[in-house]
Amino acid sequence: MYRYDQYDQAIVDARVAEFKDQVARRLRGEITEDQFKPLRLMNGLYLQLHAYMLRVAIPYGTLDSRQLRMLAHIARRYDRGYGHFTTRQNIQYNWIKLEETPDLLADLASVEMHAFQTSGNCIRNISSDQFAAAAADEIADPRPYAELLRQWSTLHPEFSFLPRKFKIAVTGSALDRAAIQLHDIGIQLVQNDAGEIGLKVLVGGGMGRTPMLAPVIRAWLPVADYLSYMEAILRVYNRHGRRDNIYKARIKILVNDLGAAEFARQVEEEWAQLKPLGLDPPPSELARIAAHFQPPALDAGAPVDIDLSNPEFANWVAVNTHSHKVPGHAIVTISLKAPGEIPGDASADQMDRIADLAERYAQDEIRVTHAQNLVLPHVAQADLFAIWQALRDIGLATANLDRASDIISCPGLDYCTLANARSIPIAQKLAVRLAPQEAELGELKIKISGCINGCGHHHAGHIGILGVDRKGEENYQLLLGGSGAEDASLAKILGPGFDENGIVTAVEKVIDRYKSLRADPSERFLDTWRRVGAEPFKEAVYG
Amino acid sequence: MADVFRLRSDPEHTAPAVPLADYQPGGTAVRLEPADDARLLLPHLGALRRIEIAFPKFREGRGFSSARILREAGFTHEIRAVGVLYVDQLTFLVRAGFDAVLPETPFDPAVAQRTLARFPHVYMKAADAARPVWALRQGG
Repeated sequence: MYRYDQYDQAIVDARVAEFKDQVARRLRGEITEDQFKPLRLMNGLYLQLHAYMLRVAIPYGTLDSRQLRMLAHIARRYDRGYGHFTTRQNIQYNWIKLEETPDLLADLASVEMHAFQTSGNCIRNISSDQFAAAAADEIADPRPYAELLRQWSTLHPEFSFLPRKFKIAVTGSALDRAAIQLHDIGIQLVQNDAGEIGLKVLVGGGMGRTPMLAPVIRAWLPVADYLSYMEAILRVYNRHGRRDNIYKARIKILVNDLGAAEFARQVEEEWAQLKPLGLDPPPSELARIAAHFQPPALDAGAPVDIDLSNPEFANWVAVNTHSHKVPGHAIVTISLKAPGEIPGDASADQMDRIADLAERYAQDEIRVTHAQNLVLPHVAQADLFAIWQALRDIGLATANLDRASDIISCPGLDYCTLANARSIPIAQKLAVRLAPQEAELGELKIKISGCINGCGHHHAGHIGILGVDRKGEENYQLLLGGSGAEDASLAKILGPGFDENGIVTAVEKVIDRYKSLRADPSERFLDTWRRVGAEPFKEAVYG
Repeated sequence: MADVFRLRSDPEHTAPAVPLADYQPGGTAVRLEPADDARLLLPHLGALRRIEIAFPKFREGRGFSSARILREAGFTHEIRAVGVLYVDQLTFLVRAGFDAVLPETPFDPAVAQRTLARFPHVYMKAADAARPVWALRQGG
């Protein structure tokens, strides 16, 4: 885990003081709401339908128990006893009072956390692989590279007023758990024949109104040139990205309009100007950061045989754990998707208990996933039963990872001012309806957004649902065939939309047809879709 | 021009700034609009004494790149930000290379000084003299 030094702490403390000053000026009427809005947004504070919402950054989705307990404290002290983990590995609180936010940010700063740039047209929280340092397929831990970016992008003087928001993901694996092809910049650590690590750079992916997969603009970037090259990308975007139309302002539109080759050429040209300016820290800085991410000392001789005689436990182990790079260990995903509950929500008490488990059994680490679940990354297999029992006691032992009821959902019209339709009730209904048969369906990723901005990643869903407003009525479009993984693809609309009950029935029809079409029980829905195409599903739903 | 917030001690260069399209070689003051390419001025930096960069609305951010490009090219005279600018942006402006601001609504000097003194450290190198924390960490 990265720990702040005196410089990091001083910057975060100054940010708290700055925001306190800004809130005081607003409350005294010295600045208008129009002037205050961009200032509060850059501190993650939105005015939503019912109250202020505060989004707290969880850099690359990594927390320790002390930080998770603070998130629980904030839920109790400043909110209504719960928080909502987001698709950007952050947490949101929905019932915040403006005058209390300076104290809240001070509480966060006391555990090396902040809300820097969790909104606004700037570089947002850097996301990463939730299995970092635990996955067997990883070249290197991506988090030092993400932390370097976090620092570089914090209060960047040139790139805080971009045409639009900017999202970067970093992964160290070929198996993509960070959806790098769907980010403004995706970075994949790669290794050359000499064993050196370099960066593969993708630019111009995204979801929202115009979904696109990011092309590779540089197959190999030396680590020593990392930040100056990022500056070059951002400068080309800041100067030439469209500002005349908010819906065409993301970098994907610029990359698409120019073509990936021309965009890459412009970046190289700008980089030639920037590279000699000494913008890149020396290798010792990355090494300093990386030293904070030393892999935990796990006993490779730990027992690998565990008692699976309890069928419920055995099922949870089969569904919610992954193999760890160290024998005798496992990666545990804690599902925040109990059918009928709000996807991604956790109560303060649940957060405290998970913090206890992390401290006791998991090397004091917790990860947040973009699928709105939590992960204990380093667990001895011998401790799995105790963890499962503890999770069951707090209602968090749902064995549904990557299954039909493990639904990604944005907050939707229940909370969000941008939404056209509710998302949460659709997720709840679908989860309850599909849970009984999800075991036989295998991997099935359902993702729901309440508006075209796509925070619920509907374009990356095997089954995606998009809520729209049709003449004042909530209407739900059905999309099929998306993936946010290494086999990324964009889901396509199947046909006319449905009302709230109709969309649930339509998804059930799609699933029934899949069961009759699949080559064998191991063929995933996504693979069946890719093999047979849209027609059989259209017929099932509309025929 | 009492409402210009200026961080320079040299006398103000008062010649009116002309639009880039009307600029003639040898001219001493010019104004860049957001979409203007700052690099077109590079051959003329020796003659220029003041470059104004327009911020017609708050969301506009291209001027930050323009100023930094001019500083990277070695321009040392005044770069003035003009338009819809708030005192809370002052640190960004200064770090991007501006040393004068003419905001629509004048800055409160006390708030401006407080803002400039706010952050004791910076994470990245930019157009000002501040050393990033990675350099301080190396003991340099």
